[in-house]
Amino acid sequence: MFIINCPYCGERDQSEFSCGGEAHIERPKQPTELSDDQWAEYLFMRKNIKGIQFERWNHAHGCRKWFNVVRDTSNDKIHAIYKMGERPPLK
Amino acid sequence: MSKNLRINKNNFIDQTIRISFKFNGQKLFGFKGDTLASALLANNIHLVGRSFKYHRPRGIMTCGSEEPNAIVQIGNDPSSTEPNVRATEVELYEGLEAFSQNCWPSVNFDIGGINNFLSPLLPAGFYYKTFMWPASFWEKYEFFIRHSAGLGKSPTKPDTDLYDHQYAHCDVLIIGGGISGILSAKLAAEKGLNTILIDDKNYLGGSTIYQEDDCFKINNDTSNKWLKKEIDNLKNYPNLLIKNRTSLAAFHGYNYLLARENLTDHLNANERKNKIRQRLWKIRAKKVVIATGSIERPLIFNNNDRPGILLSSSIKKYIDFFGVKSGNEISLFTNNDSAYETAISLNKSGVKVNTIIDIRENSTSLLVKKVQKIGINILWGHTIVNTNGYKRIKSINVQKLSADGESVVGKKIKINCDCLGMSGGWTPMVHLFTQSGGKLKFKDKDYIFIPDMNKSPSSQISVGSCNGNFELDDLITNTIKNIKIFLDLDKTIYDSLNVVCSKETEKRNIWLLPSDKQLSKTKPFLDFQNDSTAKDIKLALREGFKSIEHVKRYTTTGMGTDQGKLSNMHALGIIADTTGTNMGDLGTTTFRPPFTPLTFGSIVGRNVGEFFDHTRKTAIHDWHVENNAKFENVGQWKRAWYFPENNETMFQAVQRESKAARDGAGILDASTLGKIDIQGTDASEFLNRVYTNAWSKLAIGKCRYGLMLNEDGMVYDDGVTTRLGENHYIMTTTTGGAANVLSKLEDYLQTEWPELDVYLTTVTDQYSTISICGPRSKNIVKKIIPDLDLSDANFPHMSFKNSKIDNVNCRVMRISFTGEHSYEINIQSNYAKDVWIKCMEAGKEFNITPYGTETMHLLRAEKGFIITGQDTDGTLTPSDLQMDWIIGKKKYDFIGKRSLYRSDTIREDRKQLVGLLTEDPLEVLEEGAQLVEDINKKPVEMLGHVTSSYFSPNLKKSIALAVVRSGKKMKGKKLIVPMENKNINVTITDTVFYDKENKRLNA
Ligand SMILES: [Zn+2]
Repeated sequence: MFIINCPYCGERDQSEFSCGGEAHIERPKQPTELSDDQWAEYLFMRKNIKGIQFERWNHAHGCRKWFNVVRDTSNDKIHAIYKMGERPPLK
Repeated sequence: MSKNLRINKNNFIDQTIRISFKFNGQKLFGFKGDTLASALLANNIHLVGRSFKYHRPRGIMTCGSEEPNAIVQIGNDPSSTEPNVRATEVELYEGLEAFSQNCWPSVNFDIGGINNFLSPLLPAGFYYKTFMWPASFWEKYEFFIRHSAGLGKSPTKPDTDLYDHQYAHCDVLIIGGGISGILSAKLAAEKGLNTILIDDKNYLGGSTIYQEDDCFKINNDTSNKWLKKEIDNLKNYPNLLIKNRTSLAAFHGYNYLLARENLTDHLNANERKNKIRQRLWKIRAKKVVIATGSIERPLIFNNNDRPGILLSSSIKKYIDFFGVKSGNEISLFTNNDSAYETAISLNKSGVKVNTIIDIRENSTSLLVKKVQKIGINILWGHTIVNTNGYKRIKSINVQKLSADGESVVGKKIKINCDCLGMSGGWTPMVHLFTQSGGKLKFKDKDYIFIPDMNKSPSSQISVGSCNGNFELDDLITNTIKNIKIFLDLDKTIYDSLNVVCSKETEKRNIWLLPSDKQLSKTKPFLDFQNDSTAKDIKLALREGFKSIEHVKRYTTTGMGTDQGKLSNMHALGIIADTTGTNMGDLGTTTFRPPFTPLTFGSIVGRNVGEFFDHTRKTAIHDWHVENNAKFENVGQWKRAWYFPENNETMFQAVQRESKAARDGAGILDASTLGKIDIQGTDASEFLNRVYTNAWSKLAIGKCRYGLMLNEDGMVYDDGVTTRLGENHYIMTTTTGGAANVLSKLEDYLQTEWPELDVYLTTVTDQYSTISICGPRSKNIVKKIIPDLDLSDANFPHMSFKNSKIDNVNCRVMRISFTGEHSYEINIQSNYAKDVWIKCMEAGKEFNITPYGTETMHLLRAEKGFIITGQDTDGTLTPSDLQMDWIIGKKKYDFIGKRSLYRSDTIREDRKQLVGLLTEDPLEVLEEGAQLVEDINKKPVEMLGHVTSSYFSPNLKKSIALAVVRSGKKMKGKKLIVPMENKNINVTITDTVFYDKENKRLNA
């Protein structure tokens, strides 16, 4: 039960949020030009890191905004939070 | 009552208030302040239960939450009886009734005791090995195991007690009210921090509060007197909340903790009335101080489990705190100085300590010298090789240890005693630290695991003996030093404490003490609750188990309700010794919450009765209830399912409704369909991207059916979307999919396509939808909205009109999910019930018939329309559904498009949607039934399954939809639906059964 600092609302309990998995996997602009393998890479492959992971989170029971979180999946420590479209902090 | 084992001492027990209670039906007396365990011991009752596997007599062993043996059932009221309660934690109250568990017919004569003699047949993994095969015997095994294991009885009636939840936020939470917790609380409170101190006992001060010995002094007072003053002084801090009888259950990340406060379990039945029994505290603390202390270890030797064998420190607490003698002739067995403190306490209270058996060769500490001065016999370098006495220890056999400690030498000495105290050293209570994510390190010198401060979650600290500080001076100095850093304190009131204490000079540790007999002939118990011995651990290792987690499960060591608090360390030690591994490298098993068992009542609190989940009802719901509707749950919605008349069965009602809807008019409450208002200059482009078909050319005032896919190409949701204006659409979704569709669309808008000017608003609740279908629907709508031109030319199928009913704006769509000429009236929900009633009145002359979801499903199945979630299951593409027509082939992209020609999605042998007709038109298939071609070829190959099946009153025959492998190519093919007692012959058909030419839409 960790606390997430929503960039729009402030600190809220984790139960208000839902996690959307790995961040910065951009939907290909021209999917039709991709091979099956390239499309599968976008569609299915996720790193699922133990450690520092860049993730998408949604304040589902609040402002409903999506944003990015840098979280250590081994201890839930949050290292950074930034809005969609903003540059990720350097690793 | 036999001998009186109570001494006159009134510090903690009020001997003026006598309390009567019953144990196994026998009426007994104790005093206010007793626990059930101390009162039983005062009545000279040690034997309280039988062990789990061998049914050996077991007695009270400890005085706290680590108790493995004295597990009792409290009360016999069917709604409040509580099993598996530790007698050491039950506060005595007038009228308390407790019962032994795990023994039948009685604790003194137990049939399962025969297992003790069969014990060579019950080694580690016995249950796994024996009860695995054959599987068909499992029911018999289960009966045997349950009958003989007989853990406590659950209540059979609903719990009538009240439970509560409360949130708390604080600067500092201190867990544990022993001396280190008190020091921490005082420093935090003095600094002005908002502080909470919790302790599971009904008093503060831990074991120091009864440590009255001049070997332990603080500022020239004995430690207990000094601490008493400090505790009394805590009242002066308004910013300090003290919660006694409160045990910490779980320590989650970000300092979120759960603690259970017992409010009435110590009160008698009258005092309990109308009070909250337990309160679950949900605490968010900025900082947490863990001061949970340590528990004494037993020693592992042959027959170390007899009633009358207690932890040495427990004997000390029973005499010093409760004024109860655990026996009249006590021996102590130790590997450290703690037993000497016990000996001094017993001696002071006039109890005979006949011998101390110490596995060390010597010691010169203050405590040892004091004991020697008293004149108690000490056998240095000796061990106990056996104990005697069945229901109570009678004597012990002692021999000298060999130099390497692996065997015994010399003559066997027999010593009589009616009680034996054992002390194997101390184990820091690191459970909460590890629960919170902290990692442990092994301290070789003391044979303990302690918190590794370099691998600790932030904003918490462990102080006192749970951090491995056992000597009073170290404990105080380190606690103050660490708390000062942790709370950022400058000078404190404790900066110049003068602490004097006895220091341990010698250490010797032997995890498994030798006997004069072979190990296989002995019973050195490790896990007293689960009856596993050191032999079991060794057997597991011989059988190839290596990981501590596997050994634990195989031998069940540490898997009882006490989670092996006493002996996990010995199990690890024996594994390390046997395998030649360093204990630090072995690691420990995982300690999981709750630290002590929680009641279900405290977990649910006041959330009892109705489900907490919302129940959503449409604005017309009351009318449905008044008109005898049966309801079904669709997500959170209550939807009218069918409207039986005059004792109709569901089948009869649905047949009547379905026929009426096609013959005259039917009316359906479709308000639960999801409705999303879409606005913005890019709304059309947005729809192009989320639906498979094209939207840019949809004229204002027109409606279009859309199919939405997942990015993997599988059908996700469907519904009709209407263009209300240039940049304004209203989308409908399935009832169950509404929330998910909105979230998914929001996700794309915010993250993938932030450049689109589109706004989504859910209006599901704001608008209600009344659907009127059938050949007479036009007549009815005409009566309600006379001004609206309903001609096909003005208002054709798949179009929409803004209109008014009695001056209330409404949207009327001419769309159909039944294949009939039909209208959907969308109106603000406040007016919906009135409009519905108006429709009913207007439709009376046309036999308007209200129908529910079941008829809706039947009617659409006649037309072959899919229901996402019923005919689809997330594995079907539009092509699999024979809906290729809805793919906008010219569209460059839409969600899921690229997946439609992945190698897997273009396979021709995918499961595809087909229609089915039964050979016998009266035979209705079961939904979910399998389809096969050749019933005789084994194994029978399953080609697909039935997804929807009804008896069609309009076609007067059974119809079904199914998904079948390569179904598209199988039209006309005969298949078999094998059922339990017959095979049903079916033929694959087109999916549209009724009005294939769609003539009725304009009828
Ligand atoms: Zn927010």
